[in-house]
Amino acid sequence: MLSIVDNPRRTAVLQRVLPSGSYVGLARRLVERSALLYARAWVVLLSGVFEPLFYVLAFKIGFGALVPAVTGPGGLRLEYAAYVAPALLVASAMNGAVSETMSMFYKLRFDGLYDSVLATPLGTYDVAIGELSWTVLRSGLYAVAFFAVMAVLGLVTTPWALLLVPVALVVSMAFAAVGMVCATLLRSSAQFEYIHLLVVPMFLFSGTFYSIDVYPLPLRWVAELSPLYHGVELARGFSTGVLGTAMLGHAAYLVALTAVGLYGTSKRIGRLLLN
Amino acid sequence: MRSDEAIISGTGLVKRFADFEAVRGIDFQVRRGEAFGFLGPNGAGKSSTMRMVSCMSPRSGGELRVLGMDPDRKGPAIRARIGVVPQQDNLDLELTVRQNLQVYGRYFGLTRKEVRAKAVELMEFARLTDRADHDVQPLSGGMKRRLTIARALVNDPEVLLLDEPTTGLDPQARHLLWEKLFQLKQRGVTLIITTHYMDEAEQLCDRLVVMDGGKIVAEGSPAELITRYATREVLELRFPPGDQHAAVDKVRDLAERVEVLPDRLLLYTEDGDAATTRAHDRGVRPISTLVRRSSLEDVFLRLTGRTLVD
Repeated sequence: MLSIVDNPRRTAVLQRVLPSGSYVGLARRLVERSALLYARAWVVLLSGVFEPLFYVLAFKIGFGALVPAVTGPGGLRLEYAAYVAPALLVASAMNGAVSETMSMFYKLRFDGLYDSVLATPLGTYDVAIGELSWTVLRSGLYAVAFFAVMAVLGLVTTPWALLLVPVALVVSMAFAAVGMVCATLLRSSAQFEYIHLLVVPMFLFSGTFYSIDVYPLPLRWVAELSPLYHGVELARGFSTGVLGTAMLGHAAYLVALTAVGLYGTSKRIGRLLLN
Repeated sequence: MRSDEAIISGTGLVKRFADFEAVRGIDFQVRRGEAFGFLGPNGAGKSSTMRMVSCMSPRSGGELRVLGMDPDRKGPAIRARIGVVPQQDNLDLELTVRQNLQVYGRYFGLTRKEVRAKAVELMEFARLTDRADHDVQPLSGGMKRRLTIARALVNDPEVLLLDEPTTGLDPQARHLLWEKLFQLKQRGVTLIITTHYMDEAEQLCDRLVVMDGGKIVAEGSPAELITRYATREVLELRFPPGDQHAAVDKVRDLAERVEVLPDRLLLYTEDGDAATTRAHDRGVRPISTLVRRSSLEDVFLRLTGRTLVD
């Protein structure tokens, strides 16, 4: 710590990334606000629990009957529902995170919520971290529900699968962080279409339904840029109990995105509201 | 603490946006416990100044001290001790009246117990107790404004910054609000008010600065400013628009100063009634005449050659 303070160049970098007053450690107070809102609208939360049930049922009962056993991580043969369920779990974390953070657009541009918050001791990082935390909490709730559905349908076969929930949290965190930056860049609600234009192909082509090995090499690199791909790989690995060192890379990618997203969100809010 | 200490001081304060200088080097000092006003038309730089003082806008130049601290470096510490009432109400429309106060108090680090008690006390103050658990959206403009002020008081601020507190309110709502602000002042809260209403400035402010084009053009108490820049009385002669010019030469020597507005002449004089009689004797026939006391509006007109609200 002292060396950071002593070194003027490092201090300058720190000041740039984390300007004084941009974080005071009150982010959880913003989480409380969100929790209070959803306490009034808990039915909305409940609806998020049904989504996974529909998904898994569709693949287990309907689609799974058409597809014979597929090859999963490490050459493991498994039924299609077991192959796709962990991927859908993280995809649902992605969807939840994106839709939750898009609401930031309204809070930022129309409701003046962050204007009022930034007149209190809270700083821009408190806002970013507070909103991120709420999104992750909410995703965690859905992930637990998704996991329960998987367990009931006999798709949980290894204790490693318990780690699906933390994986969903990390995926949600990365998407929330990047989603918040996008929300601050939007100028009108019509531009939400751009977000769909990114999210839908990501959902379909990130190895969610089949391995990205089917792509030619350059396309595979593109798919590997998708944060969802890294989430899917982590989830499928833990779900089947086939672990590997590559998983560290997947996790690192998601964590790095989170850090960049938080930095970007804090900067954007500062530029828009504290000018 | 001495009562005459400067709780806020700006020296050569500048705010620059991309290609526009909103505040062009102003000096001012606000003393603890006083009600201090920034009076000026829209675009004079009042709001920019307020945002710098509330640590929500970094200054582009000059010096600024709020509660003895530098806003650039001690933003959160300063904001913890001030209350901000922005020009546009930004209440949390998804929460009830009570929740607005409680949640806001939590942002200041207050405990749940503290915010519960504070909300009750502030709803009483803002006369919103019977709306406690109602949504905010359907409240009247005056009620929303009072709630915004109540919310800004949740941390027991030493300084309350009010940006155009009564713009858009009906006269009754304005008077109720002024009464509330007066109560706060009596409790020792320092008030800083921006306004483009001269009656508001006269009602509320112990001292004020007149701003125009990003600069301070005069400073003093309302009475001092009127004495310094206007006469005791003003005679207003109303004409059909355009006809006023013909009368200017006939009345020029009846007053210390004559202002020509689009539909009337303003004659600044110590004795309005005497001037009325003499103008009549010279054959000046306005549609109507009015003798009134000078106001800050006249001070502003004198200083800038323009009216405040146009």
